[in-house]
Amino acid sequence: MNTDSMTHATSGADAELELAAPRAPFFKALGKWVRLQPLGAASGLGVIFMIFVAVFAPHLAPHDPVTTNYESMAQAPSFAYWLGTDQFGRDLLSRVIWGARTALFIGFTSAILGSTLGLVLGVTSAYFAGWFDLLFQRVMDVFLAFPLIIMALAVVAIFGTGPGNVIIAITIPFIPRCARVVRSNALTIREMPYIDAARALGYSHTRIILRHMAPNCMAPYLIMLTTFLGQAILLEASLSYLGLGVQEPIAAWGLMLQGGAEEYAESAPWIAIFPGLAITLAVFAFNLFGDSVRDTLDPKLRAR
Amino acid sequence: MTDTRVLLEVENLHTQFDTSAGMVRAVDGISYTVNEGETVGIVGESGCGKSVGAMSILRLIPDPPGRIASGSVRFDGKDLLTMNDAEIREVRGGQISMVFQEPMTSLNPVLSIGLQLCETMEIHLKLGPEEAKARAIELLDLVGISEPARRLQQYPHHLSGGMRQRVMIALALSCKPKLIIADEPTTALDVTIQAQILELMKDLSNRLRVALIIITHNLGVVARYADRVYVMYAGRIVESGSASDIYHRPVHPYTLGLLRSVPRLDRPRGERLIPIDGHPPDLTREIHGCAYRPRCSFAVERCAHEAPRIEEVAPGHASACFEKARLERLLKEAS
Repeated sequence: MNTDSMTHATSGADAELELAAPRAPFFKALGKWVRLQPLGAASGLGVIFMIFVAVFAPHLAPHDPVTTNYESMAQAPSFAYWLGTDQFGRDLLSRVIWGARTALFIGFTSAILGSTLGLVLGVTSAYFAGWFDLLFQRVMDVFLAFPLIIMALAVVAIFGTGPGNVIIAITIPFIPRCARVVRSNALTIREMPYIDAARALGYSHTRIILRHMAPNCMAPYLIMLTTFLGQAILLEASLSYLGLGVQEPIAAWGLMLQGGAEEYAESAPWIAIFPGLAITLAVFAFNLFGDSVRDTLDPKLRAR
Repeated sequence: MTDTRVLLEVENLHTQFDTSAGMVRAVDGISYTVNEGETVGIVGESGCGKSVGAMSILRLIPDPPGRIASGSVRFDGKDLLTMNDAEIREVRGGQISMVFQEPMTSLNPVLSIGLQLCETMEIHLKLGPEEAKARAIELLDLVGISEPARRLQQYPHHLSGGMRQRVMIALALSCKPKLIIADEPTTALDVTIQAQILELMKDLSNRLRVALIIITHNLGVVARYADRVYVMYAGRIVESGSASDIYHRPVHPYTLGLLRSVPRLDRPRGERLIPIDGHPPDLTREIHGCAYRPRCSFAVERCAHEAPRIEEVAPGHASACFEKARLERLLKEAS
């Protein structure tokens, strides 16, 4: 599947040179992928939908997500408020929509940052090998010894709360996870003759690492990146729920759950149900999507 | 051949590897010279240290476990072994370049041909992107690749093995080096392509006055393309001389053994090939006396205690064997 799409992509470049129709192979490859990975395609649509909602939040949200309205507190879903209102009279639909923006922004930023730094560090560690690799891997071991959430909590405890610090808190535990997977792949790349050839051509270490080795580690990198997306959204919600992440009055799913879950569980359950549902569906969609990306990129799984 | 200015001078080079089985003396005191514009062949069987010796010149031995223990490599008047990292990087690719054994894997699969060619020239020759592209097209044309402009946008998997080796040669030539080290450049190619690639390399080295070191286990290649030949065995040079000296008048039993074990067109068909018995020595153990003694039919008492030094038998023709005189006499009688 992967090689198919690659040859399609590159033969697409060929076709362009020969002035033939260059676009057809891409759609053909896409169609084939949808047939092989129907769940992946469906979750892909879900992901695209969420990105759309997050980007156009100001236009889609029927009400302002932060203005409180004490005349309509904890109202049940109705035509005016499709998903009801929370304990401060804020429209839940608008907050879920704006919450998508918070979740995806933090999720994407920390997943991309974490996996990219992991890619660079993993390749560097594999390239230099020897005592540097040994020492670096032991440092990574220490980081990996902590569960994701504990590590993130520790980082928040040091840097404090707020969106920027939440991104740092989620990024840091991702780095060693990606670095380790990329390193094992880079170890085989390092032994390839073209890396010897690159050294024989007088390239600097930085150039070999970033330009010659890193692009060869794209498969594990993309797999880790998509896996991290779902985890980052869940982690952000967890931190916000614990009061250590995004702070009021910013709309964030974890935060909405925290405000509504305990006090209003019986009298106004919609306050907790809808943000909970949003988290579940988002994480589910990203995980399914990540799985199908892995199946597509991993040659060992592809054979089955 | 007429040019006698020495370009590369390797002196008493020792390269060792620390392994779990002990220290391996992969290169054990080799000395040789390459003159400007000259083609030198280095011949030997697998594991005799010929590749390690060549990699040591550019300090490309992975360290650890490898280590250049002693010796000197002077290139164009400068000692390559004492240079700092930035200086040696200038030499690599810029003044000395390499062509590797595996054309299928010597080009980076995720980068286009053009990018790989231009990158080197932008670094060493400080060319702008447009100039580099123009020269890349020129180079691909020079090495006989059709439609060079189109190839720049292609990836290695679009090209066959022979084509890739041509690209590697273009890459090696790109920064106008004075010396190209070709490490078994044709081993992975089929026979007809081998000849094409070697002809191309020889032709380009003549035209562009680039010196060439061809490392190979194929004596035929050496006889056809090299001006001078060094024969290596167990990390040492056992015989050196002009290609015709080595081919027609070998004065070391190992060279003789090599020549008798390969089919030759100038000998009667159906003639038996005579393999060399035994195996090359285990390089983790210190070798007393001559390394070739256990496999040698000329061995005498002295070979067990004392390692023969390489000595001239005729101007420009040297051998490391105590019995070279006897060997020479016997061969003369036979022919």
